[in-house]
Amino acid sequence: MVEYSIKKSMRQFFSFVKKEFYHILRDKRTMLILLGMPIAQIIIFGFALTNEVKNSKIAVLDNSKDVATTAIIREINASRYFDIEKNLVDYKNIETEFKSGKIRMVVIFSQHFNEDLHHFNKAQVQLIADASDPNVANTLTNYATAIIMNYQEQITNERKLPYSIHTEIRMLYNPELKGAYSFVPGVMAMVLMLVCTMMTAITIVREKETGTMEVLLVSPVQPLKIVIAKAIPYLLLSMVNIMSILLLSVFVLDVPINGSLMLLIAVSILFTLTSLALGLLISSVTYSQQTAMFVALVGLFLPTVMLSGFMFPIENMPWPLRIISNVVPAKWFYTIVKSVMIKGVGFSMIWKEVLVLTGMMFFFLVLSIKKFKIRLA
Amino acid sequence: MRVLLFLLQKEFRQIFRDTSILRIIFLMPVMQLLVLPWAADYEMKNINISVVDHDHSPYSRQLISKITASGYFILQDYTSSYNQSLVDIEKDKADLILEIPFSFEKNLVKESESKLFVAVNAINGVKANLGGAYLSTIIQDFNRQVRLQWIQLPRYNAELNIEVVSSNWYNPQMNYKYFMVPGILVILVTMVGSFLASLNIVKEKEIGTIEQINVTPIKKYQFILGKLIPFWILGLLVLAIGLGISRLFYGIIPAGSLFVIYGFAAVYLLAVLGLGLLISTYTSTQQQAILISFFLMMIFILLGGLYTSIDSMPQWAQMITKANPVSYFIEVMRMVVLKGSGFADIKNQLLIVFGFAILLNGWAVISYRKRY
Repeated sequence: MVEYSIKKSMRQFFSFVKKEFYHILRDKRTMLILLGMPIAQIIIFGFALTNEVKNSKIAVLDNSKDVATTAIIREINASRYFDIEKNLVDYKNIETEFKSGKIRMVVIFSQHFNEDLHHFNKAQVQLIADASDPNVANTLTNYATAIIMNYQEQITNERKLPYSIHTEIRMLYNPELKGAYSFVPGVMAMVLMLVCTMMTAITIVREKETGTMEVLLVSPVQPLKIVIAKAIPYLLLSMVNIMSILLLSVFVLDVPINGSLMLLIAVSILFTLTSLALGLLISSVTYSQQTAMFVALVGLFLPTVMLSGFMFPIENMPWPLRIISNVVPAKWFYTIVKSVMIKGVGFSMIWKEVLVLTGMMFFFLVLSIKKFKIRLA
Repeated sequence: MRVLLFLLQKEFRQIFRDTSILRIIFLMPVMQLLVLPWAADYEMKNINISVVDHDHSPYSRQLISKITASGYFILQDYTSSYNQSLVDIEKDKADLILEIPFSFEKNLVKESESKLFVAVNAINGVKANLGGAYLSTIIQDFNRQVRLQWIQLPRYNAELNIEVVSSNWYNPQMNYKYFMVPGILVILVTMVGSFLASLNIVKEKEIGTIEQINVTPIKKYQFILGKLIPFWILGLLVLAIGLGISRLFYGIIPAGSLFVIYGFAAVYLLAVLGLGLLISTYTSTQQQAILISFFLMMIFILLGGLYTSIDSMPQWAQMITKANPVSYFIEVMRMVVLKGSGFADIKNQLLIVFGFAILLNGWAVISYRKRY
């Protein structure tokens, strides 16, 4: 008898899962977007989104025009960070160039640069950056200084200095300093989180809004099963998305998977489950699709982008934000993906993060079951 | 005109009836403006360093204390082998390893030459580059000190020295918030405008109330204007609140005139709302509308130049940003707020966004049909 009822309830459950699948499959447009969106995003962002600063347009005001300044200007122009757009002749032009918004920095050489350098051992370069974007200004100033210092070292080496320390710098994991290495894990977190959370939240609230929830609730199926049945199709959909993101990042973006693939997929599924649970929670506390969407999107999109650490390093943030960032599930997933995919470490290095994500998942689940109301208002 | 007024009355009543939506419309932007600008800071500080000191000499200790005293680096770990330090990097405890080889001091003094090894976690390339550069500067400085101890000071500096003087215009304190806050404001106005507009008509479709409107003598343009105007007003209101917050909490007072900002925002919102309307005429459920507007918004926002500079993107991505209204508003906001640009400086952007507004709204009106 018991066995029979279990069988029956399983059948009920699967018929619900089937119903949800039909819902999704019937809506071709939504399907297409759900599966195509991650692909488009990974390609666009993998190639276009880089916090590297390169090809910045700069101007030069060379008051000296001698061997040294020409050599330095040549070096600057040859680096991939700078494109020399303009040669200015007068200080007065600097202001107008900046106002038009094209030029990011001006390099100014004083008069008799080479003479000063060789006779007095001292010469001056002035860099004026448009600091309305402080990040770019800072980076450009650093790059230009490095190029000039490099030149200085070249000519100094001709008269070797005593007591020198040579520093050898090695870039681990990403010797070419490619932007995609830090963005692929970020986009992965972003896409999975938003697709799963938003879609589950909306489908459930939709039944509330159109009134079909009442029909479901008076049926003999347990409410919990209804909700879980709704989440399963999105879990499968997300797994397809995980696969396509991984394939694209390896074969199109050349981002390697250095660690275990199984581990990577396992943690991705864990993260998907966490996002689904969060979606359930949102759906059980909201009543209209608009509100659910707004909470999921406006409440999650910006914080996920900004506090997960992939756009802005968390350790630079003031301490209240560093604490808040711990609540963002994407932060933990981002750390895990970076470790497994790029550093190639094993489970022993990421168990803490996995534990946190698992904890979050159960927390969201329990809370949403508690908040789930059988009776509608 | 009377018909339009009635429609507006209906829309406003609908909006004000649902207080949960209203709360979200106003609370979310406020919360995000208060929190997020603090996150967006690229200035590197608190770089975690793990030191492997094989030498244990006075010099190696001097160097380490010089590094930790600089304020940029935090000595996270002090290990006895490179592999131990590598574990620190794998665990994300350290960003950088400094390895001081055996007889570092001896070589420096006896052979007048010595080596140091630095390994940087370069997954985030920019961070790695800056961290490495800071450390090299400190080491060079240390080198100079050592040299001074051993060489008699010549009458003038024997070292060639190019002095680099840098200055930062428009934002001399390098306050990242001045840069971020206007940008985030744009995003919030855009999200409120486009999402709400696209959902609104679709909702009437999904619930079926649009049929009731379709059988009335209401004209197409009246219906669309009736949907547009309330959200246009809401968008401008959100902008006003946002500007108030940025003045109150971040002390950002636009260098240019508010009139320019509002003039541009008024036109810009028309374009964004037009996009929302267009999406809503092509979709039949709220779910579809949400997904499409989310997809577009994500691309618009991330390619809008808010987080990463447009100049650094490849050519094809820069072409996409040309068709991105968000990037124009972000650019204009920053120009007006930071540099004090006026209408003359932004007239190109204004014309382009005006073009968007006409194109998108015209398209939406044409493709909206009363029959299904």
